[in-house]
Amino acid sequence: MIPVAFDYVRAESSEEALGALSEHGDEAKLMAGGHSLLPMMKLRLAYPSVVVDIGRLADLSYINDAGDHLAIGALTRHRDVETSALVAEHAPLLAHATAHVGDPQVRHRGTLGGSLAHADAAADHPSVLLAMDGSVVARKSDGSERVIDGVDLFAGFLESSLEETEMITEVRIPKHTGMGWNFQKFNRRAQDWAIVGVSAQQLDGAVRVALVNMGPTPIRATAVEQALAEGAPAAEAAQQAAEGMAPSGDLNATVEYRNHLARVLTRRALQAAGVG
Amino acid sequence: MLRVEDVQRCSSVQESRATTDYGETLEGKTVEISVEVNGTTHSGDVEPRTLLVHFIRDRAGLTGTNVGCDTSSCGACTIHIDGEAVKSCTMLAVQADGREITTIEGLADGEQLHPMQEAFMNCHALQCGFCTPGMVMASVSLLDENPNPSEADVRTGLEGNLCRCTGYHNIVKAVLSAAGGEQ
Repeated sequence: MIPVAFDYVRAESSEEALGALSEHGDEAKLMAGGHSLLPMMKLRLAYPSVVVDIGRLADLSYINDAGDHLAIGALTRHRDVETSALVAEHAPLLAHATAHVGDPQVRHRGTLGGSLAHADAAADHPSVLLAMDGSVVARKSDGSERVIDGVDLFAGFLESSLEETEMITEVRIPKHTGMGWNFQKFNRRAQDWAIVGVSAQQLDGAVRVALVNMGPTPIRATAVEQALAEGAPAAEAAQQAAEGMAPSGDLNATVEYRNHLARVLTRRALQAAGVG
Repeated sequence: MLRVEDVQRCSSVQESRATTDYGETLEGKTVEISVEVNGTTHSGDVEPRTLLVHFIRDRAGLTGTNVGCDTSSCGACTIHIDGEAVKSCTMLAVQADGREITTIEGLADGEQLHPMQEAFMNCHALQCGFCTPGMVMASVSLLDENPNPSEADVRTGLEGNLCRCTGYHNIVKAVLSAAGGEQ
């Protein structure tokens, strides 16, 4: 399968990339590792007129200890996140979930920022960002930056709240050193998207639960979080996991089955995360 | 960022036509790239949409790398870029510009097979053989990253490669054998 023809711009700096975005507006797409965008272009579900290749911006590939959080460059590959000692120590949920994205070949190319910008409800990383209270830094061509909290990043089906001329430059994950966590991913084959997935993270005095593939956007299971905050035991709170969700049915699972999976996987995740 | 609904835009203006040394007619704007494949530099104009696997097969003339599913699921097109396994059906040739590629043809040293190729042969780790080039390339990359894998590590490490003959058992044996384990 061959994508529709497009013009190719190779950005040598984030300024060049943002300049190209400003010039071409919504006709342009940024390509990092290309492992979300290119498959859609090959299926001709996407056909941007201009592809801006940001895959060589080495200055946006880093994992830094920034005090209370980890600062991870948007172009940091899954492989580098998965094998990072810093991530393993301070954000083990992120390390673990990253090791379950796609397969080794995919993780050699795919990037954390690209995965989040793609805003796919079926992807693993958005749920991790939500469960860990993470955020992203979005930059414009004039150099201005804003921080977008994870809960504000996912606007609709495959749609982020990034403006057309913005790009994610950094992902910020608060340190959750030594806190309980768990990740559940239910799929048929190892490399498949999750039919349903759950990220659970203990914080100081609270628990975050985020679901994969339970609606058009990555989403927090707020009913579960609320029940836990009110003192419900994990098994009871997990019964609320499908509350307010709008999953779709497909060849892999009916709506009812997804709701069932959400409840079961949430219970497992909470109990494995040490939530009573 | 990517919206399915608003991508009703057509292809770019076709500004040029060019013919390569290989006789292929290129449509639209082209980009000149230079890729080192198995130690030999291959240069030429490509359309930006040219997939890396097609560049390897049609331009470099190396047909050992197979196209299986063409959707980054099966791993038959696995090659190494700068020593790491990737799926060449899910990369553009322009993304490989200036990089070093190794394909299955580049593993052996003359008549001397690579130890992984020897192991696949000795363990009868192939049936129809279609997945084999990708399996071998993924396995070499796996051992580079984890020289002493457990059986579970091998099975997990090869999850990006499918064998439709379902010959996984001997493939896993071959990788463990190449790693120096008891068979």
